[in-house]
Amino acid sequence: MFGKLSLSAIPFDSLITMSAVVGAGVMGLVILGLITYYRKWAYLYTEWLTSLDHKKIGIMYIILALVMLLRGFSDAILMRSQQAIAVGGAMGFLSADHFNQIFSAHGTIMIIFMAMPFMVGLMNIVVPQQIGARDVAFPFLNSLSLWLTTAAAVLIMVSLGYGEFSKAGWSGYAPLTEQEFSPGVGVDYWIWGLQIAGVGTTLTGINFLVTILKMRAPGMKLMQMPLFVWTTFFTMVLVVWAFPVLTVDLALLTLDRYLGMHFFTTTLGGNQMLYTNLFWTWGHPEVYILILPAFGIFSEVVATFSKKRLFGYTTMVYATAVITVLSFSVWLHHFFTMGASPYVNLFFGIATMLIAIPTGVKIFNWLFTMYRGRITLASPMYWTLAFIVTFAIGGSSGVMMSIPPADFVLHNSLFLIAHFHNVLIPGALFGLFAGFYYWFPKAVGFSLREDWGKRAFWCWLIGFYLAFAPLYVLGFMGMPRRLVHYVNLSWHPWLIVAALGAAVIALGILAQGIQLFLSIKERKALTDSTGDPWDGRTLEWMTSSPPPEYNFAKVPVVQDIDAFMDMKERGVAYQRPDHYNDIEMPKNAVHGLIIGGLSFVFGFAMIWYLWWLAILAGLGMLFTVIARSMDDDTHYIIPAAEVVRIENERYRQLESIANRRPTGERTVPEPVPEM
Amino acid sequence: MMTTNALTMDISQNEAVEHHDTVSIQTLGFWLYLMSDLILFATLFAVFAVLRSGYAGGPTGKELFDVPYVLAETLLLLFSSVTYGLVMVAVHDDNRKWVQIGLVVTFLLGLGFVCMEIKEFHHMIAEGHGPDRSAFLSSFFALVGTHGTHVIFGMIWMAVMIGQVAVKGLTSPVQSRLMRLSMFWHFLDIIWIGIFSVVYLMGVL
Repeated sequence: MFGKLSLSAIPFDSLITMSAVVGAGVMGLVILGLITYYRKWAYLYTEWLTSLDHKKIGIMYIILALVMLLRGFSDAILMRSQQAIAVGGAMGFLSADHFNQIFSAHGTIMIIFMAMPFMVGLMNIVVPQQIGARDVAFPFLNSLSLWLTTAAAVLIMVSLGYGEFSKAGWSGYAPLTEQEFSPGVGVDYWIWGLQIAGVGTTLTGINFLVTILKMRAPGMKLMQMPLFVWTTFFTMVLVVWAFPVLTVDLALLTLDRYLGMHFFTTTLGGNQMLYTNLFWTWGHPEVYILILPAFGIFSEVVATFSKKRLFGYTTMVYATAVITVLSFSVWLHHFFTMGASPYVNLFFGIATMLIAIPTGVKIFNWLFTMYRGRITLASPMYWTLAFIVTFAIGGSSGVMMSIPPADFVLHNSLFLIAHFHNVLIPGALFGLFAGFYYWFPKAVGFSLREDWGKRAFWCWLIGFYLAFAPLYVLGFMGMPRRLVHYVNLSWHPWLIVAALGAAVIALGILAQGIQLFLSIKERKALTDSTGDPWDGRTLEWMTSSPPPEYNFAKVPVVQDIDAFMDMKERGVAYQRPDHYNDIEMPKNAVHGLIIGGLSFVFGFAMIWYLWWLAILAGLGMLFTVIARSMDDDTHYIIPAAEVVRIENERYRQLESIANRRPTGERTVPEPVPEM
Repeated sequence: MMTTNALTMDISQNEAVEHHDTVSIQTLGFWLYLMSDLILFATLFAVFAVLRSGYAGGPTGKELFDVPYVLAETLLLLFSSVTYGLVMVAVHDDNRKWVQIGLVVTFLLGLGFVCMEIKEFHHMIAEGHGPDRSAFLSSFFALVGTHGTHVIFGMIWMAVMIGQVAVKGLTSPVQSRLMRLSMFWHFLDIIWIGIFSVVYLMGVL
């Protein structure tokens, strides 16, 4: 009846874990208390939790990502402090058992629960607006994806306070993750967390592919789409192609663990390297799933802040396409040491080096876009410049490791850790931050303070180099990854520098917190009433900030790349239509929230062997899906009169700005009479 | 069936109607879902190909498989695809009665397939040749079982559709769902032909 549940699964003996659990619990209670005190439950439920509005779903994704960033970063701080202390006779403050859980959680969280939701959140806010659509193709599926991802994140957080997390690294290699070597619930938390989030991501992939192919504004040809839309498109191609492989790999591991099968065991015909191959068949495309959207963001930012059309738009699109295809032909470079023949390693080594070519094309395109541009150094541009330099270094160290003999030396050393942080932090995280600062005013209606943003940037950049440059050196000195304790004294100074770097990054995160807090406090003064704070080039800047629920009162007609800039140049950007029509929008739906909640129950029940509960939760999900499919009345109408009211308000606002500026470039037409 | 028209977007047509064509959007979405499901099966086929000789001293395919029995299963499934094709013909003719009859017949043929598969599995496990016996059997049960699970979900979907046709009639959303179920059902047939050839026929060669 109670499966493996027991009180002893609560880690009372670990002070650090318990204080984290109590801290998170108290914070959660405070938030719940505040919501109750201000009577915001109904508002939260109708305006956010059950909303199918892509912009709100995007914001919720990003909130999830920021919370998980704090969790993942706490893990990083713990690891860096442990390694700065635990040398020679000193054992540090973490047990090996705990340390292993921390590095496993850090990787899993940063990739699946920080970078991915952050990226999907930005796509949700921006992509429909950039293609001139009113929503994504499947708004309900979008809400379902959000709640599946959130349920999985909660599951990972629960592992902190009840049971344990996996100790087998974020990649969970078999046979270490088999029942024989990892009998606890840790690996199961990891499996079900990834599996549930993976289903959500796959659905997002299908959703955005259809959105981009089918929902573009009239006139917008594929080769006129903003580059962020293009990179989102290729990212989602990768998602739909790659995630099923992860699903199967984890499912087979599950069968091994739960039903005693022999896919990856050491006995009865199992093949451990099959796990590793399948994992990286997903895992390498996953790297590009994280990086390609950031490439898109940088392209948007560079063009906007250089006041120029992106240099080499067409080559940029094709470079992205080439990376998409090549990303499936390099997975074996994650384990050159497997012992495949030299010819196999040679193939994958060369394929890996080839990826540097399209990436190089992109770097040069960004540089040439800036060349002779009128550059404004706003904070999104800071992150972009830092990315270009830092990513070039990280990419070069990747080319070094793509040489199989070199990889035999560097494999599993801190050089590898330095390399992939050196590509993923600038390549993914800096891009996400650039996008965050760039689109923040659009999403919520006010800008972020630049001063604290720039302070945060410098802390992040300096902290990054301090934290990861020493790891390259340590790699050459032969230090393996994932050490809880070491005796080689010559490594110690470098690890102290790395720990200092982590502390500087912590200051950066603190500065970002202050920036967010102050900006919210001063949101009246920072209000963006133009809807176009950066003199943007693409359609999302055409709407008000934040945009009305329907985005575009009248769907724009596109004639060129950088459609909005084209309209501004032709003087038709703010032209009013002669009349407005009724607009059909999706109704709120609670089913996504319910299925997400049930998927959490299902995951928890599977982890703790509560079979009856897992069956109940599974049936509950099935019936919720069926109930949703019965409902044909999923849309409601915003009457034209209401659209006129909202739009007149918007134009009044624009007019008052134009009047305040004597040389205002905008010519605002007369409001349409209200019906 | 699918009109993506991705490279060119007709301005005049889209200006007239501001809402997009829901059915074609849903159809494209379902094609993409089928593609991701196909990759799922492709991975399982690859796993089977790697582990197919991992007998670990246990029984081989030649000793286990009863090809005439599996051929009967195959015929049930293929015939159910034919009957589902007739369902779509009846949908086209707006003939509610024959749609329902066709769905029930297809459901029963699917049920026959699933029952035969369960009997085959049960027999193997009872003989001690379950999925925990060897890597070969693990991959066999995973691949064939995943297909069987899909068929079961297809049947649940079909049962729901029988209900929807009865209650709602052949409305446009119901027709669109019937078409997507049709795609799903034929897709499972194609997968099964792969399983029949790669697992069973090549297994007894």
